[in-house]
Amino acid sequence: MIRAEVRVMLKNGVLDPQGQATRKALAHLGFSDVEAVRQGKLIVLDLNTDDRAAAEAEARAMASKLLANPVIEDFSVELLDA
Amino acid sequence: MSLRAGVVVFPGSNCDRDGAVALAMVAGRKPKMIWHQDTKLPPLDLIFLPGGFSYGDYLRCGAIAAHSPVMREVVAAAKKGVAVLGVCNGFHLLTESGLLPGALIRNAGLKFVCRSVDLTVERTDTPYAGRYTQGQSLSIPVAHGDGNYTADADTLARLNDEGRVAFRYRDNPNGSADNIAGIYNETGRVLGMMPHPERAVEPMLGSSDGLGLFQSIAEVLA
Repeated sequence: MIRAEVRVMLKNGVLDPQGQATRKALAHLGFSDVEAVRQGKLIVLDLNTDDRAAAEAEARAMASKLLANPVIEDFSVELLDA
Repeated sequence: MSLRAGVVVFPGSNCDRDGAVALAMVAGRKPKMIWHQDTKLPPLDLIFLPGGFSYGDYLRCGAIAAHSPVMREVVAAAKKGVAVLGVCNGFHLLTESGLLPGALIRNAGLKFVCRSVDLTVERTDTPYAGRYTQGQSLSIPVAHGDGNYTADADTLARLNDEGRVAFRYRDNPNGSADNIAGIYNETGRVLGMMPHPERAVEPMLGSSDGLGLFQSIAEVLA
């Protein structure tokens, strides 16, 4: 079993109103040195394979096809041993 | 011939009945209701993708529904020239399935916006807008949290240059690029829009400005 973590973030330049709202809330709490907050998603996949190359290729295919929207989002894949 | 319309129903759709009522008003017959797991479409002149929260908006609005069995058929039908109207969550589905460019992200103000807005009709030579006049102002309700249209600069330039913006907001409620409220595909037969024309088809609803869109469809596509 291999665990793949797919991290999905809005592309640079795409408005992230949730990140902005979180930054403002942090400022209200006194965390005044927060320059920017970006918010994304972490999707954890447990894959029935021991082939790391195949697992990575599969996770990337899933990210391109469904997990991320390439118009607005970038993704990265990290493999962990489950 | 009367209009053969189909309304696709996803788990979480909530404007499917409103759409069906509006279509029945102009078509003179009830549209076919099509379940999201259907893999075969009847012969249709128009497919309506309704608003709502398909699959609970999980992952991204419209992302899961865009890969449901029926959407493969809808995409194939659209490519053959069948007209497809996607409203609100239906617009999400059209961008997620690649029938329209760009994407809809969280409203710039973060708030769910639910009120009537004024739109400008950008063009009238399409199956959806023949009953309107160029530059006409329409009062149509919006109800969405993710209606902020975004696309890269090249795509926006292309949409503007090719006259593919269907409607623009007069007072932008959600941060959409270039005040875009709705866009057409290359042929003008696929329309995605965030405002709900099906909720503005008789004066009792507050506005009947949406009726012209359905009358145009019935006139041109039947």
